[in-house]
Parts: sequence; structure tokens; C-alpha cells
Amino acid sequence: MAGKTLYDKLWDAHLVHESDDGSCLIYIDRQLVHEVTSPQAFEGLRLTGRKVWRTDANLATPDHNVPTTNRAAGVAGIIDPISRLQVETLDQNCADFDIPEFTMDDIRQGIVHVVSPEQGATLPGMTLVCGDSHTSTHGALGALAHGVGTSEVEHVLATQCLIQKKSKNMRVSVDGQIPFGVTAKDIVLAIIGKIGTAGGTGYAIEFAGSAIRDLSVEGRMTVCNMTIEAGARAGMVAVDDKTIEYVKGRPFSPKGDDWGNAVAAWADLHSDDDAVFDCEVTLDAADIEPQVTWGTSPEMVMPISGSVPNPECELDSVKRTGMERALEYIGLDADTPMNEIMIDKVFIGSCTNSRIEDLRAAAAVAKGRKVASSVVLAMVVPGSGLVKQQAEAEGLDKIFTDAGFEWREPGCSMCLAMNADRLEPGERCASTSNRNFEGRQGQGGRTHLVSPQMAAAAAVAGHFVDVRDFVNTIGEAS
Amino acid sequence: MRAFTQHKGVCVPLDRPNVDTDAIIPKQFLKSIKRSGFGVNLFDAWRYLDHGEPGQDVSTRQLNPDFVLNQSRYAGASVLLARDNFGCGSSREHAPWALEDYGFRSVIAPSFADIFYNNCFKNGLLPIILDAESVDQLFSESADSEGYALEIDLGSQSVTTPSGEKFDFAIDNFRKHCLLYGLDDIGLTLQHVDAIKIFEAKHRATSPWLFS
Ligand code: SF4
Repeated sequence: MAGKTLYDKLWDAHLVHESDDGSCLIYIDRQLVHEVTSPQAFEGLRLTGRKVWRTDANLATPDHNVPTTNRAAGVAGIIDPISRLQVETLDQNCADFDIPEFTMDDIRQGIVHVVSPEQGATLPGMTLVCGDSHTSTHGALGALAHGVGTSEVEHVLATQCLIQKKSKNMRVSVDGQIPFGVTAKDIVLAIIGKIGTAGGTGYAIEFAGSAIRDLSVEGRMTVCNMTIEAGARAGMVAVDDKTIEYVKGRPFSPKGDDWGNAVAAWADLHSDDDAVFDCEVTLDAADIEPQVTWGTSPEMVMPISGSVPNPECELDSVKRTGMERALEYIGLDADTPMNEIMIDKVFIGSCTNSRIEDLRAAAAVAKGRKVASSVVLAMVVPGSGLVKQQAEAEGLDKIFTDAGFEWREPGCSMCLAMNADRLEPGERCASTSNRNFEGRQGQGGRTHLVSPQMAAAAAVAGHFVDVRDFVNTIGEAS
Repeated sequence: MRAFTQHKGVCVPLDRPNVDTDAIIPKQFLKSIKRSGFGVNLFDAWRYLDHGEPGQDVSTRQLNPDFVLNQSRYAGASVLLARDNFGCGSSREHAPWALEDYGFRSVIAPSFADIFYNNCFKNGLLPIILDAESVDQLFSESADSEGYALEIDLGSQSVTTPSGEKFDFAIDNFRKHCLLYGLDDIGLTLQHVDAIKIFEAKHRATSPWLFS
């Protein structure tokens, strides 16, 4: 019999019950809760008189609606009354149902997907869900993690289980040396460019290969974060020494004897050599350049040395119409060189790229430079209060503010513009977030997805620029 | 949950691939703590010419006459015809809530994003996957004849056109069963409460660090 994939192992270890028709009950070890997708779930529990199965399996924090300025007044300081009510509702629900929560004034508050790994609340071998599609992030630690809808949030609260059908296995291998100036973000954008936004639909993806192993755990989170942008609900990376090192000593991590036992158990969290995948995709790291999206879907992506593609060259008519519509929305002409695209705003943040390494990388480029005068706003939003504290201890905040960036409080911010941070119609943004959909960062706003280095370089140049040339010609960045 | 057995309704073609959940229901409406009332803001940024905010009286807003849902021939449509990868992006269940609240009972497309597809079933909305060629045919037929209505029968897993042509679709048995009878997932899962408890005890013994 063929060996098991990492996904098979995680699945089998959490299978509670399998019905004749193949639908399965899967046990969930951790559920993360935020203010946007949980109110109706708690309401459902109230209406049916159901209790939370295991309060200690849940962890909550508000992130989508929280303001990134003037946080001293706490929840009461949220100006938009509807946003405030949603955050207050989360606080109230957590209090009523006894769910641990990092409230807005807690230094540990931040984007759920940054907070949980940082706290050790995401562990190898876990099943983890959240009412948020970027839950795939947590797979970077060798966990089975994916987004769910609100009905499923309620289902997990009430039963600690989820009804699921097993996905197929896909392995995306990226081998070879990662070139200078290329980051985890560029790797995942290149993967999506290759397989498309629906390429992973129905699969659980394991990211493998030497280039993935060479990434830090934070870089692997960036890759797994965007799995959903390739259509797959779950992405994962096998556990190695880096994973163990990352998890060690965090507040929720195993302690004492448990630590040794856990590390021993985690040693098996990789695909067996003879495991068979339903689909294999390979990329050569050497071929990957810094990437910039040009359209309104993450698969509409180009290397910085390229140009905006020409729809006339597309043979498939549905695709061609999609390209034309995207170019119209994004306000670009076909064949424009990517490095001539001028930008108005810069956003460094989101659960894709707001961890300490991301901020260090962006700061290395910003250091000693100035944001171009044509850029109306360049903002840096750390992923959590603890990331912010760490960055300040390293003096990164000073580098950013000296260069003319705004240094903000943690939250989702302009990744989806549910709070006050947003693009105005027609504004063009270099963003380290994960979605360039129409209106994602504000109605009529135009989003280009890039790595933190590329965002910082674009801020300084006023247009997209190859961060590799930029470093060579304007001076050593770091 | 509302059961779905059979349905006949006017079909509205939305001819774009990769329609994401933010296009279905834009983020500003996610601030609601309720489950209902999203229908008036379904496809908000496409449907209206001005920017919408929650709580606004939509009757004072300017409709976009070019958007397909606003065309009188599709008034009262309850079957949405869509293209590839419908419902991609955010996992928000507000998307099926908005479709259902507007009056849609079914969405037909060549492919759906996983989470959206799954969320539909929790809300009595039937997502139907047909091959690209059949979907193309439905697109052109619905464009050609006003009042084009499809008959959907979940029991026999078929979609019938006005001319009597039948398209069969596949669906997972468990989901079909839940939808046919309007069953609540949580109630069904709680029938396995003993199995969950046995699993949990074993899991706690082998991985105590997952429990605090
Ligand atoms: S940062 Fe963006 S993608 Fe991540 S959870 Fe927040 S809104 Fe979603």
C-alpha cells in the first residue's frame, strides 16, 4: 500500500466517524474567532439553547473592524457605530460563552492569523478552523487548517467537529536556490500565476521542495496564507527543525514532559516517501522574479520585468473578456511595462505580510530613503500588538516614520478596508495583502499585490520598480 | 433550514468568471450582526451607481441600468446562471445569505469555490455544477428568450429547460439528503455525541498538550 501524505495523516488522526456516503466527522483542535463571522453563530447557539463544547479550544480577537489610529479610548473610540457594535458583540459573546479573548486594548490583539501562531495557539498536528478563508496560513506549521462559514463556526462551537469530505492531494514543489530579491510572497504569486485561482479547487495542497524548506516559518505562513487564492482551502508544509524551533517556548506551546512527547509525535508530520499525490506541480525557484499583479484576480500576475499583457493575444474568449474588464477597472493599457505603473498609496500589512520579518524586510529598503512626494499615503500596519512592540524595540518604526511612512496600530486595516483605512475611487495601491479584487481596498480602488520589499521600493520610487535594481543603483538597502 | 425539493424559476445570466464573495456582498455590509436583510445589497457595487452603506434606504439609490439584475426581463429571477469559480475569495456566509434573501434558490455554474459551495448547502441554496458547454448553452438560450425559466428537481438531480431538454447534475448524497429534508447539521452531528466523546478521550490521552 502506498504511504500517506501529510494531509492523509492529519485527516486520519482526527477522523471521528465516517458515514456510508463518505461524509466524515472531523475533530477540531482549535477554532479562532473574530468579530465579523461569529455574531450569527453565537446567536444560533442562543436560539437553540446549545452550549460551547470546549471553551478552551477557542481563541478570539477582534481584527477586521478595529481602527489603526487613536486606540487609547478602546472599543468606545471606534467612530463607526456599526463597527463598534460588532466588536462589542464579540466581547459580549466571549464573556457570555466563556471564550478566551484578546480584546482591543490587549497587547496580544491583532490579526487572528498572526496572533495564533505567535501565541503557540497553532501547533503542528492540529486541526484548526476559523470563519475566515486565510486560515490556510496555519498549515505552515504542519497543521490542517482551513476557513469555514458562519454555520460551521456554530457547528464547531457546539460539537467540536466539522462535517467534511476528504479533499484530494496536491503537491506543489519549488526546488532550487531562491534568487536575491525574491520572497515567499513572490513564490506564492508565481504559483498562483501558474495554476490559476481555481487550480487548487478540491485539493489540499502540500508545499514542498528545497525552496520551501529554505523559507523561514514566517515565510511559509505567507505561502500557505495565499493557498485559498489558488482555490484550495488548506495548504501545508511538513514539520522540520525550523517548525519546532518556532513553536518552542510560546505561551500556549506544550511545556515540561508534554514538550518532549509533542516533539516526538510531530516527527511523523511529513508525507511518506512513497506517498502518491493526485496532482503534482513543480516550479524552479531560479525562474521566479519579484512579482506584481496587474489585474483584479491574484492569477493576473507578472514578473516586474514584464509588461501588462494584451488581451488580443488571449485565444479563450471568456478569459479575454475577463482580461479586458480587469484592465478597464484597473485603469491600465495593455503592454505597459510593469515598472512604469505609478502608485498613489502603499499598504504594508495584512495576515500575508505583517509579521516581524516582513517589517524588517520593508524597513531595510526604506532605511535612509524618503517616500516619493507623489505618494499620498504609505502606511505600515503590524499584524499584532506584539509584532508592533518588537518592531519598535528594533527601531523599525523610526526608520519608517523618518522615511515618511505612517506607523499604525495592529489590525486588518486596508487589506479589506472595513475600518477607516481605504482607497478612494481610482487610487492605485502597492499592497502586501492577498486580494486584488475589485473594490477590495475601497470602492473603485486599484490594488497591486507585491512583497513587502517591493512595496517599500515602490513607495520610494513612486512607481513599481525592480527591488533588485533599486538596491544596486540607489545604494545598498541593508 | 429551508428544504429544497423542486423549483421552477426565471434564470438570470451573470456573465463573468471569478465572481468573488466581496462582489456578491461588499464588506461594509458584513458589519451587521444579523443573518437577514442582505438581499437589497446583493452585488451592491455593480447594481447601484452610487456607493452603498449599511442601513441606507436603497429606494433612494441610483440603479445601474446596465447591470443584468436590474433589467426588467429578469425581474423576479430565482436561478442564477454563473461562470467558472463562482464565489471565490472570502469565506463570508453573508454571500449565500444575500443570494437567498434576494430570492435566489439555485446557482448554476461550471465550477464553484469550495467554501462558498459548502456554505450554500447550509442555507437552502442549491449550487449546481454543469459542464462548461451546457452552461454556455443555457447562457445563450436565456439571452435569446425572455422569461426563460428552468425547472430544477433535486430528487432526480436534473435541470430542465423550457424546451424540455434535461441536464443531469451530480451531488453528494449527504448534502442532497440534508437539503431535501431541510436538516440541521448540528442536530445530525449531535447524534454522534458518544463517538465524539470517545474520540476526544483518546485524543486527550495521546496529545494532552492540545487540551488545557
Ligand atoms: S488581514 Fe485581510 S485577509 Fe487577513 S484576515 Fe484580515 S481581512 Fe482577511
